[in-house]
Amino acid sequence: MLEAMPHRAAIWNFLFGRLTIDSLPFLDNNAEGRILLVTLVVVVVIGVAILAAVTKYRKWGYLWRDWFTTVDHKKLGIMYMILGTVMLLRGFSDAIMMRAQQAVAFGPEMGYLPPQHYDQIFTAHGSIMIFFVAMAYIVGLMNYVMPLQIGSRDVAFPFLNNLSFWFTFWGAILFMVSLFVGDFSIAGWLGYPPVSEVQQGPGVDYYIWGLQLSGVGTLLTGVNFVTTILKTRAPGMTLMKMPVFSWTALCTSGLIIATFPVLTATLFLLALDRYVGTHFFTTGSGGNLMMYINLIWIWGHPEVYILILPLFGVYSEIVPTFSGKPLFAYSSMVYATIAIMILSYLVWLHHFFTMGSGADVNSFFSLTTMMISIPTGVKIFNWLFTMYRGRVRYTVPMLWTLGALFTFTIGGMTGVMLSVTPADFLLHNSLFLIAHFHNVIIGGVVFGVFAAVNYWFPKAFGFKLDEFWGKATFWFWLVGFWVAFTPLYILGLMGVTRRLSHFEDPSLQPYFIVAAFGSFLIALGILSFIIQIYVSILRRRQYAVGGDPWDGRTLEWSTTSPPPEYNFAFIPIVHERDAWTDMKAHGYERPQAGFNAIHMPKNTATGVVIGALSFACCFGLVWYIWWLAALSLVGIIAVAIAHTFNYHQDHHIPADEVHRSEQAGNWQTDAEGASA
Amino acid sequence: MPAKRLRGLLLLPLLLLGGCNLVLLAPSGDMARQQSDIMIITTIIIALIIVPVLVAIAIIAWRYRASNKHARYDPHWDHSPQLELVVWAVPLVIIIAVGAVSWIGTHQTDPYRAIDRIAPGQPVAADVKPLEVNVVSLQWKWLFFYPQYGIATVNELAAPVDRPIRFQLTSDTMMDSFFIPALVGQVYAMPGMQTILHGVINKPGEYKGFSANYSGLGFTDMRFTFHGLDTQDFDAWVAKVRAAGGDLDTATYDQLRKPTRDAPVHYYARFEPDLYTRILNLCVDPGQICLSEMMAAGTHGGGAMRDMHGHDAMSMPMDAPTPTAPAAATH
Repeated sequence: MLEAMPHRAAIWNFLFGRLTIDSLPFLDNNAEGRILLVTLVVVVVIGVAILAAVTKYRKWGYLWRDWFTTVDHKKLGIMYMILGTVMLLRGFSDAIMMRAQQAVAFGPEMGYLPPQHYDQIFTAHGSIMIFFVAMAYIVGLMNYVMPLQIGSRDVAFPFLNNLSFWFTFWGAILFMVSLFVGDFSIAGWLGYPPVSEVQQGPGVDYYIWGLQLSGVGTLLTGVNFVTTILKTRAPGMTLMKMPVFSWTALCTSGLIIATFPVLTATLFLLALDRYVGTHFFTTGSGGNLMMYINLIWIWGHPEVYILILPLFGVYSEIVPTFSGKPLFAYSSMVYATIAIMILSYLVWLHHFFTMGSGADVNSFFSLTTMMISIPTGVKIFNWLFTMYRGRVRYTVPMLWTLGALFTFTIGGMTGVMLSVTPADFLLHNSLFLIAHFHNVIIGGVVFGVFAAVNYWFPKAFGFKLDEFWGKATFWFWLVGFWVAFTPLYILGLMGVTRRLSHFEDPSLQPYFIVAAFGSFLIALGILSFIIQIYVSILRRRQYAVGGDPWDGRTLEWSTTSPPPEYNFAFIPIVHERDAWTDMKAHGYERPQAGFNAIHMPKNTATGVVIGALSFACCFGLVWYIWWLAALSLVGIIAVAIAHTFNYHQDHHIPADEVHRSEQAGNWQTDAEGASA
Repeated sequence: MPAKRLRGLLLLPLLLLGGCNLVLLAPSGDMARQQSDIMIITTIIIALIIVPVLVAIAIIAWRYRASNKHARYDPHWDHSPQLELVVWAVPLVIIIAVGAVSWIGTHQTDPYRAIDRIAPGQPVAADVKPLEVNVVSLQWKWLFFYPQYGIATVNELAAPVDRPIRFQLTSDTMMDSFFIPALVGQVYAMPGMQTILHGVINKPGEYKGFSANYSGLGFTDMRFTFHGLDTQDFDAWVAKVRAAGGDLDTATYDQLRKPTRDAPVHYYARFEPDLYTRILNLCVDPGQICLSEMMAAGTHGGGAMRDMHGHDAMSMPMDAPTPTAPAAATH
């Protein structure tokens, strides 16, 4: 049910809902208040500096026309990657605060974070890292690479793509606002009841509406990508000739379509419990909290594979390119991907073996869980046999891939340990579990994202990333990861459980100090990554490359770096897998004349407007500012209807403009890059 | 026993890390021991494939580096039916082995299954009755009822060595996980529901117990001590609890269930006999309808509701806070 409104004149409650001056935690006169105040000042100073710079250099028009309203999948992809990186800084700040707290809070020393803050931080860390870092990164990668790989000019629904981005963006902003206005959920990244139903204040509501926004964005992305892959592939590219990254994008998008509605429905039921007093998840009134836990994991487990599958695709592109060989057992790889997609639906109960279900039920889910490791193992073998009898070039993307092979394989091993029910009764919710899923998510997803960024950055910007800082990033992350999480594996075997903000047993402290040091190394890794980007931009002329810097094998390398707005002047015709390698082998020469006008979608402001209105609506719902929520909702519907009357959604790029842009593009193949 | 030798093998590298107490690898209760053995056996089976793969990654990555011109380069080799068969078959075989162990182990160590042995080769004597303990997780402390002894305790649990223990667990409001790593694997304690857990402790000593499922702000202090005691010591402990006096009645329980952090150990010499059942059925306070009655009414098409003692309460909106129930309990 709704919580009581503040005691003040009704007009204030009407205008501001339950938002009061006391809702601003940075005004609190205590340690946390001061930390937040400093954070706020830093955020405001940086924000004002950025806004001032944009104004000074008169870039507002450029940003609006070329970025905010764009429907170009490449630009949206880059915007997703930037969003993911900014949110990584936030999520990682949370991580390092937790590591610091757990390293000091022993015996009489309570640490610097009381539970109400520590618990918000671990909740924010988990949900931000999954929804706004990992998801933003994989959607960004698929957005940028997939249409190029399948020889398409854009995604099937370009406007929808823009709208998806703004939903995700404003979801992230809602999470960030909770830092300074009100508080955040303490219920963990999945918002388990009863904690999420009992918690007073706006925290859980921020969580619900932030995820609803980004969840709708993700669902639309899934629909968009499946359609794109099924309907807009280049002629000749049958499904079994499609690059593996695009295959994984297809399977991930299929998983998104099937599972994100479950998340939306589950969170909606939780919202009903909180807003109108239903009892879906309240035991004793016909509801049951285990229903929430089942539902959320029916979404949650496929979500894990939504995250990892595109990165399996990334490794399947990088290993053949830098081994100078086609991918070993392409069909096996595709079938393994499909097998993982299907099996990922049948394992959700392994997240709560300990709820007291019978041995038969537990055994079933134990076996299905283990079965996933078969196709996953096949993938690892296939990458291995791709390197076998190859000429492996140790570029930065390849280093990340090898690091991932080692790290992810060990994470897979601890995963199988956890799938054995009797072992899980001991290890469930322990720091061993924490170490395991960071092992697969950092070792599989994050390492893969860094590999992909280093691999496709030259395509996106026309220059390579700096090697030295790239290697520094890699080694800091790799060593940092193992230093941070090996102690957690050991602590888990010592029976230490997760989410504790204070410990009694002083013998545990050395392990937490080592883990904190590991997170410090990872911080250096993130810093090196930022330096890498900065240094590379400074030396962009020196690092400039042509269309095909790595001796690539797939179609994205057949166009310029960066590709023109329309991707391909002529849609390529595909005869073989590794279409670009095939074209190069047959002496492909790019056309110099005879260009036609190209039909492209036009930019639109509708996505920006709907996104901003949906933020206002959700903010209104969080704070009970009903007029704001209702007005924005009406606004969303009005703008959406108005958009359907916009009959000027496309334009033609004239043939002579295509001609000019084809002459100007940077085509030279970078010989140094190919042999490095 | 081979598992014992394997355990030593596995412990060897870990011992180098110092004198840490890896309780999950060397528990003191037979059930935890069996679960731990299964964990170790399956880990070794998985390692049979993981370790060679890790070595192969290193060897292949090094041997086929671009600068090594002696290694064979075969730029078109991309499939081999025999190898693909091996690639699918080897993980399959490993998973069949691990799966078989897991299937058998899951049934053997099912927490609901009554214990038939107290240690390898030592079946439970026919005349031994298991110790019954009813566990309630509160915000944020543990309440233990001993129905066979008529006593109850907060945040302290004791059991005689080598006597099977049968826990019945529920929760007042939150969801917790009852876990004594040295004794047996954990099971959730959930409001309005009952779970069952069997265990036996084989060595006298003091062991850590805690909640392994986050349940809100006081969760971090939700620890208790579990004492494994010789029969004589256990009897003395029961006498000590009885001597401490104090009644656990509805009023005391309503005080006790209020959220507190880091609650001290407390003893009760007596408790209301049906209190645990009422906690389980969410009807501690007078006037609340018990879940069991509601369900029984449901099976009779709702007609039986007329006969229920709290009939009037049923017609109340569920959210209307009953005078004594804390707001948290309903929402």
